[in-house]
Amino acid sequence: MALYSEKVMDHFRNPRNVGEIPDADGIGEVGNARCGDIMKIYLKIKDGVIEDVKFNTFGCGSAIASSSMATEMIKGKPLSQALELTNKAVAEALDGLPAHKMHCSVLAEEAIRAAIKDYYDKNGIEYDKSLFPEPDEDGEIHG
Amino acid sequence: MSRTAIEAMLPYLDKIYGNPSSLHSAGQEAKEALEAARADVARCLGAQPNEIYFTSCGSESDNQAIRSAAHLGAQKGKKHIVSTAFEHHAVLHTLERLKKEEGFEVTLLDVHSSGVVSAEEVRAAIRPDTCLVTVMFANNEIGTVQPIAEIGAVCREAGVLFHTDAVQAVGHIPVDVVGQNIDMLSLSAHKFHGPKGVGALYCRKGVRLLPFIDGGAQERGRRAGTENIAGIAAMAAALKEACAGMRENAAKLTALRDKIVAALTKIPHSRLNGDMEHHLPGTVNMCFEGIEGEGLLLHLDDRGVCASSGSACTSGSLEPSHVLLAIGLPHEVAHGSLRLSLSEYNTEEDADRIIAAVPEVVEYLRSMSPVWKEMERGEMKHLI
Repeated sequence: MALYSEKVMDHFRNPRNVGEIPDADGIGEVGNARCGDIMKIYLKIKDGVIEDVKFNTFGCGSAIASSSMATEMIKGKPLSQALELTNKAVAEALDGLPAHKMHCSVLAEEAIRAAIKDYYDKNGIEYDKSLFPEPDEDGEIHG
Repeated sequence: MSRTAIEAMLPYLDKIYGNPSSLHSAGQEAKEALEAARADVARCLGAQPNEIYFTSCGSESDNQAIRSAAHLGAQKGKKHIVSTAFEHHAVLHTLERLKKEEGFEVTLLDVHSSGVVSAEEVRAAIRPDTCLVTVMFANNEIGTVQPIAEIGAVCREAGVLFHTDAVQAVGHIPVDVVGQNIDMLSLSAHKFHGPKGVGALYCRKGVRLLPFIDGGAQERGRRAGTENIAGIAAMAAALKEACAGMRENAAKLTALRDKIVAALTKIPHSRLNGDMEHHLPGTVNMCFEGIEGEGLLLHLDDRGVCASSGSACTSGSLEPSHVLLAIGLPHEVAHGSLRLSLSEYNTEEDADRIIAAVPEVVEYLRSMSPVWKEMERGEMKHLI
């Protein structure tokens, strides 16, 4: 059996939503180059809805595929729904990830969360702090 | 696998299916093949046939050689071993176990940014209680060749056993166990177009090997278990062929390698790893800043280039290659490594395909890398 599912390979080969948003409303970056993964998510938000989303990722095939799939899953969705996105849902949408690559989907979830928090912070919007746990010293929240 | 090796293997899967331990004629025919293979392997290494032990792989040979030398050392109260930081895991993990379980002390020599150790450094590390020096002939990832004959001479002078993991060297560059002062040497068939799952251990006459598998009297009691005759015959055939064509293959590979290196080092912020003066003909190892190796490999595979990398993701662990860290590369850089292993079956067209594909993929991956963008904007320093 191949390391990755067809879905992962498709999102790796043809990643959706690659790029930057120069006037993004929220930016989230998680990961650490030392560990070999950095994910950066840009959000354009209007009336509490994610109008546009882009990503840049330094990482392996599953990190790129997870970024692509996660951005697809939150595009056009209200923030409340985007905050509910779990790494498991991202991995499932990719028809699964190998066990040692699950942290890539965790990074995707955390990058989105960090971008939304950035948006809230920039706009002085109140939020439930428990929704945004502090990353550990690696700069990522291990799942 | 080479055609010669496949042809050499087939009769022993079919017509000559005897067990070499059997007295009947089919068994004896197999026994003859076994001994002919032993003589061939010995000749290619400059050894005597009774100094060659067949094993299942290079790792097994490494394990058996090191454990045997450690056992001999321990009997004399010598429990110190000298090795290098960038050995294969078959060596490093064996040493680690000897340290943990049997109280050995291990000195791992620095391999410098060049990836080459000197005989003088080995001499300086040898202590009165040193029982073994084990230094690889050529590094499997970066291809650097060590001064084996000089290290062997230092060990002889000090009366310390010398083992070399020559898995990458045998069949590719000249190996002569006598002239190079080698006491024990590991090799693996698939590195010279032989089958996988077969290896050999050269052990100089007078050095007592510790049996690794207990059982029958195969391999003169040093390794029990019915011999893999087909694999062994194929290994011997492949090695003979590799040694006969060594000079010609090396010239061809060096030209291909240099052409690829010249083209790929033009990629900005790339680094060629390992001293190219002391190098295997067919190995290229490079790092490209701002990208991660696995993505590079997958895209190259799509373009018909099968390569490997020292990134953490490709190793299945969180750490990038210990070899790249040993030559002093930062983690960030080591993650973006590419290793190409060329063989004489590769063509100019293959080299051209690599030269076209690698810059394209590196540029593409950099275009979506937040690390690369920060470097380009001057927010982060380039490391290479």
